[in-house]
Amino acid sequence: MAEITLKGLAHSYEKAPSGAADYAIRQMNHVWHQGGAYALLGPSGCGKSTLLNIISGLLEPSEGDVLFDGHRVNELPPEERNIAQVFQFPVIYDTMTVFDNLAFPLRNMNTPEYRVKPKVLEVADILELTPLLKRKAKNLTADEKQKVSMGRGLVRDDVTAILFDEPLTVIDPQLKWKLRRKLKEIHERFNITMIYVTHDQLEASTFADKIAVMYEGQVVQFGTPRELFERPAHTFVGYFIGSPGMNFMAVEHTDGQVMFGAQPLPVSEKLKIAVANARSSDVSAPNIKLGIRPEFISITNTPDSHSMPVQVISVQDLGTYSLLTFKLNEQTFKARLPEGHPPLKETAFARFDDAKVALYIDEYLVEAGHE
Amino acid sequence: MSYQLENTQRGEKYTTIFSKVTPAQRRNRLARSRWRSRLLLGLYLVLMILPIYWLINMSLQTNSEILGSMTLWPQNLTFDNYLRIFSNPSWYMGYVNSMLYVSMNMVITICVALPAAYAFSRYTFIGDKHLFFWLLTNLMAPPAVFLLPYFQLYYSVGLFDTHIAVALAHCLFNIPLAIWILEGFMSSVPKEIDETAYIDGYSFPKFFIKIFIPMIRSGIGVTLFFLFMFSWVELLLARTLTATNAQPIGMIMTRTSTASGIDWGTLAAAGVLTIIPGILVVYFVRNHIAKGFALGRT
Amino acid sequence: MNNKVPNNRAWLLVLPMLILVAFSAVIPLMTVVNYSVQDVLGPNARFFTGTEWFESILNNDGLRAAFFRQISFSLIILAIQIPLGIGIALIMPKRGWQASAVLILITLPLLIPWNVVGSIWQIFTRGDIGLMGWSLRELGINYNITRNAVDAWATIILMDVWHWTPLVAMLCYSGLRSIPEAYYQAARIDRASKWAVFRYIQLPKLTNVLVIAVLLRFMHSFMIYAEPFVLTGGGPGSSTTFLSQSLATMAIGQQDLGPSAAFSLIYFLVILLVSWVFYTTIMNMQKDKSPQGGA
Repeated sequence: MAEITLKGLAHSYEKAPSGAADYAIRQMNHVWHQGGAYALLGPSGCGKSTLLNIISGLLEPSEGDVLFDGHRVNELPPEERNIAQVFQFPVIYDTMTVFDNLAFPLRNMNTPEYRVKPKVLEVADILELTPLLKRKAKNLTADEKQKVSMGRGLVRDDVTAILFDEPLTVIDPQLKWKLRRKLKEIHERFNITMIYVTHDQLEASTFADKIAVMYEGQVVQFGTPRELFERPAHTFVGYFIGSPGMNFMAVEHTDGQVMFGAQPLPVSEKLKIAVANARSSDVSAPNIKLGIRPEFISITNTPDSHSMPVQVISVQDLGTYSLLTFKLNEQTFKARLPEGHPPLKETAFARFDDAKVALYIDEYLVEAGHE
Repeated sequence: MSYQLENTQRGEKYTTIFSKVTPAQRRNRLARSRWRSRLLLGLYLVLMILPIYWLINMSLQTNSEILGSMTLWPQNLTFDNYLRIFSNPSWYMGYVNSMLYVSMNMVITICVALPAAYAFSRYTFIGDKHLFFWLLTNLMAPPAVFLLPYFQLYYSVGLFDTHIAVALAHCLFNIPLAIWILEGFMSSVPKEIDETAYIDGYSFPKFFIKIFIPMIRSGIGVTLFFLFMFSWVELLLARTLTATNAQPIGMIMTRTSTASGIDWGTLAAAGVLTIIPGILVVYFVRNHIAKGFALGRT
Repeated sequence: MNNKVPNNRAWLLVLPMLILVAFSAVIPLMTVVNYSVQDVLGPNARFFTGTEWFESILNNDGLRAAFFRQISFSLIILAIQIPLGIGIALIMPKRGWQASAVLILITLPLLIPWNVVGSIWQIFTRGDIGLMGWSLRELGINYNITRNAVDAWATIILMDVWHWTPLVAMLCYSGLRSIPEAYYQAARIDRASKWAVFRYIQLPKLTNVLVIAVLLRFMHSFMIYAEPFVLTGGGPGSSTTFLSQSLATMAIGQQDLGPSAAFSLIYFLVILLVSWVFYTTIMNMQKDKSPQGGA
């Protein structure tokens, strides 16, 4: 069916882009498989919406190809692609009734009226819009309007993918959850590829099977929510996913020790070797970092062979766990303390879980060879 | 489920959609329709400019050339008509007079309209709706209706033939217009901004001048544009309320027709000069103008 | 809008404006009302005449003809300017320097003093020195606005279209600019034709500005004075004499204070009435549409 492939894709809004900074999307290759539920996650301005508009055909990429099942579709306008798109703010046709709104794409394709009606009724039933069919679309609530926008994508038989551009921004929090479940239900029912753009990691992980994290115009990691959490492929993923994000330390290897500034870090031998062998692209100012999630730092009041003394700044009680802010080598760290943790003195001792310390060279993850 | 059934046909539909129009054809079609709109717009602009061009053309010719033969552009370029206007105080004072009363009107109007528009956009008070409606009815009053009473009124208070008389008379339609436009802009500013400012200890005048007015800058720009426009182009009242000291340029232009015929060249040059202030004003507000009335309430 | 605070001290903010407008509107209006029911023969000789002047105005054939001319004029220019203005707004460039340039050019006629507009067209249409008049004559068309009433009418309408279509275009342009890009994008994805985009997206969003445009154009066209006065002087005969000119002639030219005051009031009321009827009809139509159905 429709497998969407992005090959060497890049896009710039400038006519003559001069440097990497002019690109909204930088050289990327990616495949979205038929029927998957995907999320495209990233901060605002990272190029998510640009990418979405390129897939739907609203934008023509300046470089590279968009392939649908191997066909190059770069020049095809959205009306000739089998794609529907739902926008951040609900787009409805004010003067029409809900029924006419849903029937609009079908009528535009000259579908005979006897085919239109059952199709609209079917979709309205799925979206729970049936009681509203005769109402003017103008007077609906925001979530109803957004359902109508979605419905316009679902009525078309030829739609193989629906793209969502932060569709829940204007929806009340308690309805968000309901609508997201509806989306999931629709996805399971129809064999439609769904790509969901959001900047909210919770939204992404509840909706999608696989998440693509975008940063500065590139997909820096594509994986399941679990993978993103456990092995962030890029420092940005570590920082962006999880709350709070990963702690990073710029390190260097001197005298057989991994040094974080003046502080030697007690890490595994494998990691020591990996750091020693790390070659950053910039030799004069090597970019080598270690990352550790707050979840994998244990804090005690008494030192042991593998721990370091740290300066406790504050402890915040967040219900099921507490969040500790501490300072090590003048840098602020976050750590997660389990419930019922004993009160900490001014100086406590932190210990990093060896297997969970990740090595990043030039911001990208390098496997240090632990299982 | 019918949906699933029809999905089997999808592959076929898919290919038909692909083959319907080639990208090249589509691009052609798009380009053609874009060219068609450009052409139509160009045609309209040319037709629109022609009368003005003709005025400029005539202003650069001598009267004998104007009357002598049909020339599409000046054969003997001359600036005498303009020199005549700039060297004669009774001519150029007409521009000064017009400018004076227009600027006076703009200042007076904006000063009283800003607080009034704020009141209408933020508060309800006894009679507010009726007051607003009454204001708008003044927009509908034909100036001709007020010719005589204005003449008598301003004559009796000793303001006849002064700039301020015309400036005040133009308030009749300019104040309602300004309030109408400004109210729309102000209503689009969230009320929370006012409340936060008051909590932060701002007094009303300080808040209004330091915070609120900068926020509706573009609204004020658009309003000033319309105030200028309607005061600058109006002549019936301006003419009636002035004699010699504050006579607008439009009135002085009628002097070009004398017993010996009409002095076409000077008339054209004077006409061209009346267009220039408008061009300057619209140039300054060009980026805001598109927002102008779209925000006004209906 | 709906969370305004009741506060009668707001009157203080409105007061300066009220004083000024009252000075410009209420006092003169009272003078007019006063004159309309009196016959002023001299400084100390006035007689109460009741509705006599009103009756004479309503029965004046010349004025009745001018009234119907006025109505026809307003209807014709509305029928031309509204669609034309929408059309121009649709093909105006949307961004870049072209947008600014076209916008400045288009607004140009609006900023020319009204009597100069008359002069421009007087010159332009003259058979001897005007481009249009001369061209038509060269083409063998017998065109003369001082002799032929049809020519005079056509020219005045052309002039008004030239003068005021820019206002309609500008209003529509600003209305179109306020439509979010997503609407057009969604329409493309829904495969809407150009016509469908116009009919279901652009036109509905233009309703508000169009109401303003129709109101303003009706009001201004109904009060038109300077342009036809300069161009044709109301002639040939009285074929292009509109209401404002009749009024000015009566009040200033003939000094008929009573009848002209009565005329003024009727004139004013007609404009008010038509505007009000139009406005409330539109508003009611919009309201009728909204609370339909209900689950």
